[in-house]
Amino acid sequence: MNAHDWKNIGPLESIPRSGSRRLCLRQAGRPIAVFRTRDDEVFALIDECPHKKGPLSEGIVSGKTVTCPLHNWGIALDSGEAVAPDEGRAGSIPLRVVDGNIHVYLPEPAVEAIA
Amino acid sequence: MYINDDLARLPPVAQLVVIGNGMAAMRTVEELLKHEGGKRYRITVFGAEPHVNYNRIMLSSVLAGDKQLDEIVINPRQWYEENGIRLITGDEVTAIDRDARTVTSASGICVPYDRLLIATGSKPLAPRIPGLELPGVCAFRDIADVDKMLAAARTHKHAVVIGGGLLGLEAAWGLRQRGMSVALVHLMPTLMERQLDAAAGQLLQRELDRRGIAFFTEGQTKEIGGVDHAERVLLEDGREIPADLVVLAIGIRPRIELAVAAGLEINRGIVVGDDMRTSDPDIFAVGECVEHRGQVFGLVAPIWDQAKVCGARLAGDQAAIFASKALSTSLKITGVDVFSAGALMAADASDEEITLRDESNGVYKKIVLRDGRLVGVVLYGHVVDGQWYLKLMRDKEDVSALRERLVFGKAFAEAESGGAQAVDYEAMPDDTQICGCNGVCKGDIVKAIRTLKLTTLSEVRAHTKASASCGQCTGQVEQILAYAAGVDARATKKTVCDCTEADHDEVRAAIRTQQLKSMDAVRTALGWKKPEGCHKCRPALNYYLLCAWPGEYRDDASSRFVNERLHANIQKDGTYSVVPRMWGGLTTPAELHAIADVAEKFHIPTVKVTGGQRIDLLGVKKEDLPAVWSDLGQAGLVSGHAYAKGLRTVKTCVGKEWCRFGTQDSTGLGVKLEKMCWGSWTPHKVKFAVSGCPRNCAEASIKDLGVICIDAGYDILVGGNGGVDLRATDLLVRVSSEDEVLQYAGAFMQLYREEAHYMERSAPWVARVGIDYVKRRLVEDAEGREQLCQRFLYSQTFARIDPWHERASGAAAAAFQPLPEVAGALA
Repeated sequence: MNAHDWKNIGPLESIPRSGSRRLCLRQAGRPIAVFRTRDDEVFALIDECPHKKGPLSEGIVSGKTVTCPLHNWGIALDSGEAVAPDEGRAGSIPLRVVDGNIHVYLPEPAVEAIA
Repeated sequence: MYINDDLARLPPVAQLVVIGNGMAAMRTVEELLKHEGGKRYRITVFGAEPHVNYNRIMLSSVLAGDKQLDEIVINPRQWYEENGIRLITGDEVTAIDRDARTVTSASGICVPYDRLLIATGSKPLAPRIPGLELPGVCAFRDIADVDKMLAAARTHKHAVVIGGGLLGLEAAWGLRQRGMSVALVHLMPTLMERQLDAAAGQLLQRELDRRGIAFFTEGQTKEIGGVDHAERVLLEDGREIPADLVVLAIGIRPRIELAVAAGLEINRGIVVGDDMRTSDPDIFAVGECVEHRGQVFGLVAPIWDQAKVCGARLAGDQAAIFASKALSTSLKITGVDVFSAGALMAADASDEEITLRDESNGVYKKIVLRDGRLVGVVLYGHVVDGQWYLKLMRDKEDVSALRERLVFGKAFAEAESGGAQAVDYEAMPDDTQICGCNGVCKGDIVKAIRTLKLTTLSEVRAHTKASASCGQCTGQVEQILAYAAGVDARATKKTVCDCTEADHDEVRAAIRTQQLKSMDAVRTALGWKKPEGCHKCRPALNYYLLCAWPGEYRDDASSRFVNERLHANIQKDGTYSVVPRMWGGLTTPAELHAIADVAEKFHIPTVKVTGGQRIDLLGVKKEDLPAVWSDLGQAGLVSGHAYAKGLRTVKTCVGKEWCRFGTQDSTGLGVKLEKMCWGSWTPHKVKFAVSGCPRNCAEASIKDLGVICIDAGYDILVGGNGGVDLRATDLLVRVSSEDEVLQYAGAFMQLYREEAHYMERSAPWVARVGIDYVKRRLVEDAEGREQLCQRFLYSQTFARIDPWHERASGAAAAAFQPLPEVAGALA
């Protein structure tokens, strides 16, 4: 993991408690949902429900679970796994908090690295 | 194939003459033609009416405008031609000569027969009263009668129907549908007393009374008055009813004159045996003119059976036997469901009656049991199980095992009785869709229950999604669970969610009595299993607290579904829709300019007029929402709360200001109601409407609260909704002033807010608690009503705030903006 692959996306407070905001990537790819629990834990998932691609960032966050607004699938914030008995997984993005700022792990795409 | 001794007596080509061209006659001919033996007849049919064969039963539907005459024709002329049948219409048979074996018609046509079929039907009974001969008096028997009634309805106003049986009621309803003011005179205290018991008869009368038919029960007609046209009906007790049209529907009597003259055995009707033969073996009779084992017939089902037997007999089948079976009746009035069969009440102390009465839903069911067998059923309001009951009666099935559940209907009785219930869901194809929202079929549910060993409704929901959305199919899913796992899901308590053992009422009571003022306090006090709750209980608790502690409890946005959090409706592509409020459906050129400008400026792809008299802007990007609202706000437009469990629209008609029928200022009243109630949070969405006259153009009778203006004031209706589970409102009260309407509306809103379960529309709530309860709280308890309204108005002081204005001014800005973009890409 190269240091510059960790992107600072701003202070913890920029995400509402028991809530989420969407993070878009300049180059390409699916948006990311960054979640903050009531206990100030933060997680990042691909912002697509494994069921019908609903925007998880608009769901209700309870504990470490978000409920998709479209069809009420529960998704575990730490793993991206659908809560049983549903089956499926939203991609999970590594994340850490440094000095109150959230950093997500987004390696530069290979093409960019060559350019 | 047939035992043809009978036919052996016939010449190779035999003459069959049919007297009568009605339903019984032609069904018999149809049956006959199905048989090989039918081919040797040359058939001649005489009909007194100038028409081809039509479905007399459907005359009611023609009268009511539900059907056209040509839609009730059973066999067109072409059918007669194709089958080589000679049809003579408009020519009544006047004589049968049994010695010469001929029949002769009024016009003098004489036709010989080898076999004769008499199907002369019945004629209307007429009371022995003066005035029957006046123009404007008719029966309700044939097309000519219907023509008279329709002509009267076009030019005259007042109709009186004499007779409150099946036919009379259908005539009354048809004339009412045609715009006449209709009075119905009935000799007995309750309607349809031969088919319905008193309770069901009263429900029926109440419903038809509500639909504008005036009833004069226990009314003995004395005279039809008028000079050269019917003008009034006079009753023995002195009552007098204006009448331009008088319809006699007191009953029918077999039409037997021909048979009498021919010397056939006659009693009340033409006596026939089980083989449908009269006392002359060459003469058969079917239909309403016959008497079989002492019984005469007025309903179609046994007549079809007679036709079948008679057709077979004519074709030489000597084994065909007619046996009268238990009969059922139903009424053909749109939206009035009545079914009855067999005994109407217990005959003696050893018979048992079981009754289910649900006044607020207009449902009444009664079953009569004798020696463990069903012998009678009367259904009002919910009749889908009628044929099932009828079959149980006919099969003389022992229903002792179902006794306690029988009155609740087929699904319930069978779902709980193991064996019998298995038949239904067993027989249901696996691909029958149960849950329309999530596309889940019966097979999916059964498979999940069996392979995963599911035993509760919530497990089935979790695994299959069946009944997880709108919940309409919950009952069916419960029954499938009962069928597949033998579990009675209904016995389990309906908790708020899996986080708690408490139900909605217990949670609300705890909030009030223990003064719980935060979600954490509620969860602690009631021992929630998850400290933060879940997506089901959090919105409910948030609402209950908001309702209980106005001005104190602060709304928790994170416990709201996205639409309520963002004050816009999320669409399937992740964009949002925006619906500004149009008070009472009124708008101005300036508002329309603002809406048009916004749509262009933000490239809003779809602009649609909603069913609630507003304009929907669809396809707005989330980050544009505050700017869109700001522009709309400049023109004075505020949120229409089209996304909220709160007051949505107040639909109105133009009322007396413009409409020639308008009785009150319905638009103005609608605006006042909307100004009073907007912004409130409620258990589920709430829609109002105000109609300026009983024509009800604003569709007030399917709203949570509807007002129908009348000359004398305002009818306030509650508890209706459209949608999947359509429910018409119940009348709450009639008041005389706008102020009273506003007070009742406020009080109703507050009662609903305080007592309904979260996510429960007012329609199921009123159905659950009963309109009588709502009346007790709002109509009979004036002080309570006043207090409810005061509480509502107090809570509204915190609620009538435009959320769009707040957000356009910068509130919760982060909620609408994504985080700043970062470099990177994801596969």
